[in-house]
Amino acid sequence: MSTAGPLPPFDRNDPIGIDDVLSAEEKAIRGAVRNLCETKVQPHIADWFESGVIDDPRALMKEFGGLGLLGMHLEGYGCAGMSAVDYGLACLELEACDSGIRSMVSVQGSLAMFAIWRWGTEEQKQEWLPGMAAGDRIGCFGLTEPDHGSDPGSMRTRAKKDGTDWVLNGRKMWITNGTIADVAVVWAQTDEGIRGFVVPTDTPGFSAPEIKHKMSLRASVTSELVLDDVRLPEEAAFPEVRGLKGPLSCLNEARYGIVWGAMGAARSSFDAALQYTMEREQFGKPIAGFQLTQKKLADMSLELIKGELLALHIGRRKDNGTCRPEHVSYGKLNNVREAIEICRTARTMLGANGISLEFPVIRHANNLESVLTYEGTVEMHTLVVGQALTGEAAFR
Amino acid sequence: MNIVVCVKYVPDAQSDRTFNDSDKTTDRESVDGLLSELDEYAVEEALKLVEAGEGEVTVVTVGPDQAADAVKKALQMGADKAVHISDEAIHGSDAPATSLVLAEAIKKIGSPDLVLCGLASTDGTMSVVPAMLAERLGLPQVTQASELSVEGDAVKIRRDGDVASETIEASLPCLVSVTDQINEPRYPSFKGIMAAKKKPVETWTLADLGVDAGQVGLDNSWTKVLEFTKRPPREQGEIVKDEGDGGSKLAEFLASRKFI
Ligand SMILES: Cc1cc2nc3c(=O)[nH]c(=O)nc-3n(C[C@H](O)[C@H](O)[C@H](O)COP(=O)(O)OP(=O)(O)OC[C@H]3O[C@@H](n4cnc5c(N)ncnc54)[C@H](O)[C@@H]3O)c2cc1C
Repeated sequence: MSTAGPLPPFDRNDPIGIDDVLSAEEKAIRGAVRNLCETKVQPHIADWFESGVIDDPRALMKEFGGLGLLGMHLEGYGCAGMSAVDYGLACLELEACDSGIRSMVSVQGSLAMFAIWRWGTEEQKQEWLPGMAAGDRIGCFGLTEPDHGSDPGSMRTRAKKDGTDWVLNGRKMWITNGTIADVAVVWAQTDEGIRGFVVPTDTPGFSAPEIKHKMSLRASVTSELVLDDVRLPEEAAFPEVRGLKGPLSCLNEARYGIVWGAMGAARSSFDAALQYTMEREQFGKPIAGFQLTQKKLADMSLELIKGELLALHIGRRKDNGTCRPEHVSYGKLNNVREAIEICRTARTMLGANGISLEFPVIRHANNLESVLTYEGTVEMHTLVVGQALTGEAAFR
Repeated sequence: MNIVVCVKYVPDAQSDRTFNDSDKTTDRESVDGLLSELDEYAVEEALKLVEAGEGEVTVVTVGPDQAADAVKKALQMGADKAVHISDEAIHGSDAPATSLVLAEAIKKIGSPDLVLCGLASTDGTMSVVPAMLAERLGLPQVTQASELSVEGDAVKIRRDGDVASETIEASLPCLVSVTDQINEPRYPSFKGIMAAKKKPVETWTLADLGVDAGQVGLDNSWTKVLEFTKRPPREQGEIVKDEGDGGSKLAEFLASRKFI
C-alpha cells in the first residue's frame, strides 16, 4: 500500500535520505563541525598538506576544544558527554576535510583522553582531562614501536621499579601528535605485564622528534618517542589495568571514529568527482554523460551509502551498549577499504587535475593509505572477522 | 538587562524559493527553513550584552510550527528562553499584522530593557517591522546599528550611511535593529546544542495574547501579493574588448551600476 502525496525531491547529497534517521540535535552537531572545518581548516588544508606543517596546531586544537570536539563522547571533566553517533558524525566531517585533522582529534579524544578517563586515577583525570578537553593541552598515545606494530604484545619498552619510582626505557614509533604533546600515554612491559603510564613530555629523558618524509597524512604531526631513563613517580601508572586489554580498549574507540571518518574522505572525493564530471566537457559533452563515468559515479554512491549506513548502525549499537569489537572491525575493514577505492576512482575521473592539490582527491587517497594501516591493518581486521566467523585464530 | 530578540523563520536562501500558487504567500513547505541569517546578528549582540553584564535573553518568533527550529537555533547559540506564537489565523499576515502580534507577545513577556531586531528578514526584506513594533510598544527606535553600546540607561549606536556615519543615542527601554556589520555571530557549541534541549520554549496562540483573529492573517492584511513572476533568466554578460580604453569602459560600467 502506498500513500498518495508528492514525493520528496531527489537529493544528490543524500540520495536515499539517510538524514531522515538523524535527530535535529545530531544534524546540528554535524553542522557545527562542518562550519568549523569550513572556516578554520578548509582554507589552509592543501597548504598544510603540501608543506607538511600545520601552521599553529595549538590554536587549532583550542578551536576544536572550544566547540566541544575533544573527548566529546566522554562524561565529566569538561567533556561534552555526547553520544557515539554524535562523535561519529563529527569524525566524518573532520575527515571530509582531511584524515590528518581527524587523526589529531581522534588521538586526543579517543586514545589519550579515553585512556586516562577509562584507566586513570581520579588525580590523573583531574590533572589532565579538563585542559585536554579545552584544547589547552595536547596528548599522544604511544603503543607502536619500531619493531612491533600489529603485534604490540611483544613490545620492548620497559618500565622498571626503582624504589617507589618507575623508570621507563624504550622507543615508540609513528606516534600521532607526539612532538606537540604535553602528555604521552605510554604502554610498557612491567613484571606484571603491560601497563600504561601518564608521562608529562617535559620529564627529563623524554624526547619526541618528528618523522619527516611522509607521503601520507602530511597535515598531521607523526613522531618517534624516545624514552631514556624517564623517571616517574608511582602515581604515573594506571592503577588497575594489566595486559593488552588497556591499549586495545582505547584503540577500539578510535577505530570506531574511523568507521565514520573514512566515509568523510570518500564523500569529499565523490563530491569533487561529481561536480567535476558535470562541468568538464570532452568530445562535445560533459564527461558525466558518458556511461563509463556514470558507472563509476553510481558505484561510488552505492558504497558511500552502504558505508554510512554501516557506520550509523554500529554507532546506534554503541549507544545502546551492544557494539562488540568485531562490529568495529567489520566497519573499519569495509569503510576504509571502500573509501580508498572511491578516492582512487575519483582521482581517475579528474584526469590530470586528479593529481593536483587544487582538488582534495589525491590528498584523501594518499591519507587513506595511513588509515588503512593504523588502528589495525586491513589484514588484522580481516583476521578478526575470520576468527569471529570460524572460531579459528589465524594470527600466528 | 533583559533583552527580547525578535527572530524569523525563513526559507533557506540557498534553495529555490517560491510562492504558493493558491494564496500567493511564501511557500514554507517545499523548502527547508532556518533562522533568518540577519537575525543571528541580533541574537549575538543580545548575548554579548548579557554576558558582559547580567540579565536574560528571550527570543520571540511568529510563525508556523516549523518556526520552532528558528528559536531552537537561537537557544543553541545561548539565548535563555523562547516564545513561539503559532496560530492558523496568522497565516499570510503582512508587516503591520505581524508587528501587532509581536508587540502583544513582548508585552506579555514583560517589559524588556531592550528589544533587538535584525536588519530585515531574508525572505520579505522589508525592514519595516522594527519601526512598526517600536511604535506599537511606544518605545524609541534606533535602526540599522553597526555598533551598539549601553551606557547607564542609554544605548549608543553607530549607523553607517553612504556618505557619513552617525552616532545616535536613545534612552532605555528602546528598540534597536542591527546590521550584519555589528558582529560575527557565534556558531552553537556542542554544550550549547545540548543545553538548548532543556531550555523553556512557550508556544502561544492569538487567544493567549488577546489578539482578535480578525486583526491578522491574509484577509485582514493591508497588503497582499497579487501576482508573481519568475525572475527572467540571466542575460548574457557584456564582453568589453580592450582597445586601449578597456579601463575606462570598465569604470563606466561599474559607475552606471552604482558600484563606484
Ligand atoms: C600516520 C600514522 C600514524 C600513527 N599513529 C600512531 C599512534 O598515534 N600511536 C601508535 O601507537 N601507533 C600509531 N601508528 C602505528 C600503526 O598503528 C602501525 O603502523 C600499525 O599497527 C601496523 O604496524 P606496523 O607498521 O609495524 O606494520 P607490521 O605489523 O609490521 O605489518 C606489516 C604488514 O604485515 C601484515 N601482518 C602483520 N602480521 C600479520 C599476520 N599475523 N597475518 C597477516 N598479515 C600480517 C600487516 O597487516 C601489514 O600489511 C601510526 C601509523 C601511521 C602510519
